[in-house]
Amino acid sequence: MKFSSLMAITLLIVPTLAADQAWGQASDQSSPNATRGTGDLGLVIERASGSLLVIETSERTALGRIEGLGDLSHASAVFSRDGRYGFIFGRDGGLSKVDLLARRLVRRVVQSGNSIGGAISQDGRLVAVSNYKPGGVKVFDAVNLDLVANIPAQASDGSGLSKVVGLADAPGQRFIFSLYDAGEIWVADFSDRANFKLHKYPNIGELPYDGLITGDGHYYIAGLFGEDGMAMLDLWRPDLGVRRILDGYGRGEEKLPVYKMPHLEGWARAGDVIFLPAVGRHEVLVVEPGSWREVGRIPVHGQPIFAVARPDGRQVWVNFAHPLNDTVQVIDVPSLKIIHEFKPGKAVLHLEFTPRGEQVWISVRDADRVDVYDTESFQRLTSLPAKKPSGIFLTARANRIGL
Amino acid sequence: MVSGHFRFRRSGGEARFAGLWDAIEWPAIVRMCTMAFSTMVLTAGLANSAWAEGNISAQRQQELLYLLQQDCGSCHGLTLKGGLGSPLLPINLAGKPDAALVEVIMQGLPGTPMPPWRFLLEEKEAAWLVWALKTGQTMKATP
Repeated sequence: MKFSSLMAITLLIVPTLAADQAWGQASDQSSPNATRGTGDLGLVIERASGSLLVIETSERTALGRIEGLGDLSHASAVFSRDGRYGFIFGRDGGLSKVDLLARRLVRRVVQSGNSIGGAISQDGRLVAVSNYKPGGVKVFDAVNLDLVANIPAQASDGSGLSKVVGLADAPGQRFIFSLYDAGEIWVADFSDRANFKLHKYPNIGELPYDGLITGDGHYYIAGLFGEDGMAMLDLWRPDLGVRRILDGYGRGEEKLPVYKMPHLEGWARAGDVIFLPAVGRHEVLVVEPGSWREVGRIPVHGQPIFAVARPDGRQVWVNFAHPLNDTVQVIDVPSLKIIHEFKPGKAVLHLEFTPRGEQVWISVRDADRVDVYDTESFQRLTSLPAKKPSGIFLTARANRIGL
Repeated sequence: MVSGHFRFRRSGGEARFAGLWDAIEWPAIVRMCTMAFSTMVLTAGLANSAWAEGNISAQRQQELLYLLQQDCGSCHGLTLKGGLGSPLLPINLAGKPDAALVEVIMQGLPGTPMPPWRFLLEEKEAAWLVWALKTGQTMKATP
């Protein structure tokens, strides 16, 4: 009796010890089965090969690759709240769920002909995808990717289905998004999952091309391609409707050609102001939230694509559209001056800071490389090979509204 | 000479850009382009690959294909089956006059995000791209 219970205990303990020892020794990160947390993990989209690189930012290495995700041009990712699973939104309408620890594809559904992005709900149980074709939003169960709701983006004026852009999650189990062709903002409230409610705001302006939600979930802003201005919805006062902000920021001047649409999702709130890429102008706009007054504009190298704040808000890093996309500029927030400029290589597509901002990861598509920089010394810390990398997404996004 | 080539059907008082290709009044464009373009371009026959390839170095052709896939692809999709911009597969372009397509590339489509590429491309390069699109060269190219 005694002997057998001792055996049982030994059998239980030994494997645990073995695993712990393996970790203590060499941190065997190459093994997908090793026990580890997920807080320093991330995904790099390899857009042309339909694959993802799983990275970790502590030792700055690639842990492995997940393949078979289809057309990943313009793909983006959100994470489950435990940081273990990533949901990837591919251009070909594919919604994929991947396991970052096991480094494998869990499930993939092709849910439309052509999609552009997605979001995960406040409680982490719903994943929404915005589609170009057929235009609308589909909402899925985050566990098994079963369809929960289909929301065709039927324009209010009866002109048909609209492409959907700028999809973000908002507090109160809401998803908010913009109708590109129709010029509308819609809010879908899923607090009662089986009977979701839809609130529509028509006539917000011409051609909303992307949207952002502030990190406190207070404001949703849609950029308008067809106008010199942006559309803003105060989610604490939705009864006030959508208002125009920064009206006429282009001062009616002729726009410069835009060879790539700016992204607002990487919007930057730093200190008391927000930094936004202008459209058709080689400028970053500096805006005071609340009053929505323009407090400055910073001339930059080209058409800005992403203007991303370092998490402490002291710096804003900017990349640019084709053909000036080999350059990154760093704006010092207190002085609103460019304090650093460098050329990582051709086609810098995305930048992502580590959660506390000591490193920034930069994808250099044409060099097939992801570079890691120190954000104080601006020194390159390392480079990792990646196949035509585009978006870089770290699991810290799991805990942030709007990401 | 450029502006005013494209007219859009309007509904509900707002310009509608959905289904842009269908909305363009093609015969009008052909008329304008016939006037605007030199006879050289039209008579050379843009769909003639020998002509198109003969004027552009092999290296430049590879660069153009890369541009098509990666940069045009940011709006039209990496596989060119469409995104914010229209699909550009051979089946979508079949029957569209070459000269009008060259015009769209070089001058852009006012009122839409399609930018004028004349600052970055020569006209013969746009003509080569039209040939490459219509004959599906991007599908044969290695990424």
